[in-house]
Amino acid sequence: MMGTLLQRLDVKIRHLLPISLMILLFLFDAIPKRLPYFTEISPILPLAGIYYWAIFRPDLLGAKSVFLLGVAYDLAMGTPLGVSSAIFLGLHGLGQSQRRFFYRKPFLMIWLGFSLMAFVAMLLQWAFISLIYGRALPTEAAAFSYLMTISAYPVVSWFFARLQLVLLKNA
Amino acid sequence: MKQHPVAVGRLTTLKLLAQRFTVATLVVASFALMLWGKADTMLSESARVAVSDVTAPILNAMSQPASTAADLVSEVRELATLRGENARLSAENQSLLHWQTMARQLEVENRLLKAQMNYVSDPDPSFITTRVVGDMGGAYVHSMLVNAGARDGVRKGQAAVTGEMLVGRVMEVGERSARILLLTDINSHLPVLMENSRAKAILIGDNSDRPRLSYISQNAVVEPGERVVTSGHGGAFPPGVPVGVVVSVHDGVARVEPFVHRHRLEYVTIVDYGLAGILQAELGGGTTR
Repeated sequence: MMGTLLQRLDVKIRHLLPISLMILLFLFDAIPKRLPYFTEISPILPLAGIYYWAIFRPDLLGAKSVFLLGVAYDLAMGTPLGVSSAIFLGLHGLGQSQRRFFYRKPFLMIWLGFSLMAFVAMLLQWAFISLIYGRALPTEAAAFSYLMTISAYPVVSWFFARLQLVLLKNA
Repeated sequence: MKQHPVAVGRLTTLKLLAQRFTVATLVVASFALMLWGKADTMLSESARVAVSDVTAPILNAMSQPASTAADLVSEVRELATLRGENARLSAENQSLLHWQTMARQLEVENRLLKAQMNYVSDPDPSFITTRVVGDMGGAYVHSMLVNAGARDGVRKGQAAVTGEMLVGRVMEVGERSARILLLTDINSHLPVLMENSRAKAILIGDNSDRPRLSYISQNAVVEPGERVVTSGHGGAFPPGVPVGVVVSVHDGVARVEPFVHRHRLEYVTIVDYGLAGILQAELGGGTTR
């Protein structure tokens, strides 16, 4: 009896891995990095995370969690509330719907897919925030931030894949 | 447990529909949050403050190793440029000694003049020095999280300076943490003064790294190279704090380069000027201490 209870607890804790990793990404985003002019073009790492889990383990990071993560991200970062939830949900939905296509493809294809979807997500983010503030915001910083995000995807994906192999192999 | 195939099929379609329904509701909820956040700023502010009160201590602990690493890097860099830096500092020291003598003379003169005119001087500000624990990355957010909050005496609207230069103003205050709005943020409106011509203006950020000057008084002509300081209007900010330099006048729009660069900020001093300024009056006086 104890055995199965511990087993189930073990599985439940392993299932928390995606959400904990996402929260770690948020915190990493927020730490002051003290690199000149880096902050304005810093990548939106959670996008990479959401795409990765949407393709490989959508059962562990569902729509509700993604929505809550978006709300937490907006509250922590100071961006207008609701914007990140909308684009995270959009990316999650897109990633999940194309999951069967991407699942067995080589890494480059997955990366390309992320570049396209992240472009749509960040374009929408620019549009929503501009609408909320009532004027067209500068696009240079956002464009560079997009390039940084797609460059960061391989790193994030490698890190998540290692952890997934170690911790979630049989869970 | 054998299930009828038709029933299983119906179950999966129902599940799919329920899933789609959840996603649709969540998307609608996101848009609702966008509208709500725009309409009711008090609630989103308290939510943000609650989150920052939780994350600030964590970020504080996390950024210790990062700042140690940054210190190491700057130490190595400093060693490399030691000789040149030494020469430069000696020269600067000479000119500063000269300024010090002049300042002493001016201070005496000032005191005498104040006494003659029965001048009522501004109250002495008190300071709260705190560490920057969060630099919110992103193209749209120009704010920072600091490790001091209401329990340290920080209040909304206070000025944040570093080494004599203005960084921004306190926009949200929690129990343990506060959020500082930088000058370059789109929500930042700062009453300023041209140091030489004494013309008043408002420095408005637009999320670029050079905020612009608007509502320049007396239609004064603004030249590049002119220093910009705070005017102290509204009462909450100390007057005369250096803000930046006018760098370009293009199409009638003057742009200011702030003295302070975001990536160099590690410690920030929040100035408690004593007067609550117009913000407190605006809020009806019935809000936070």
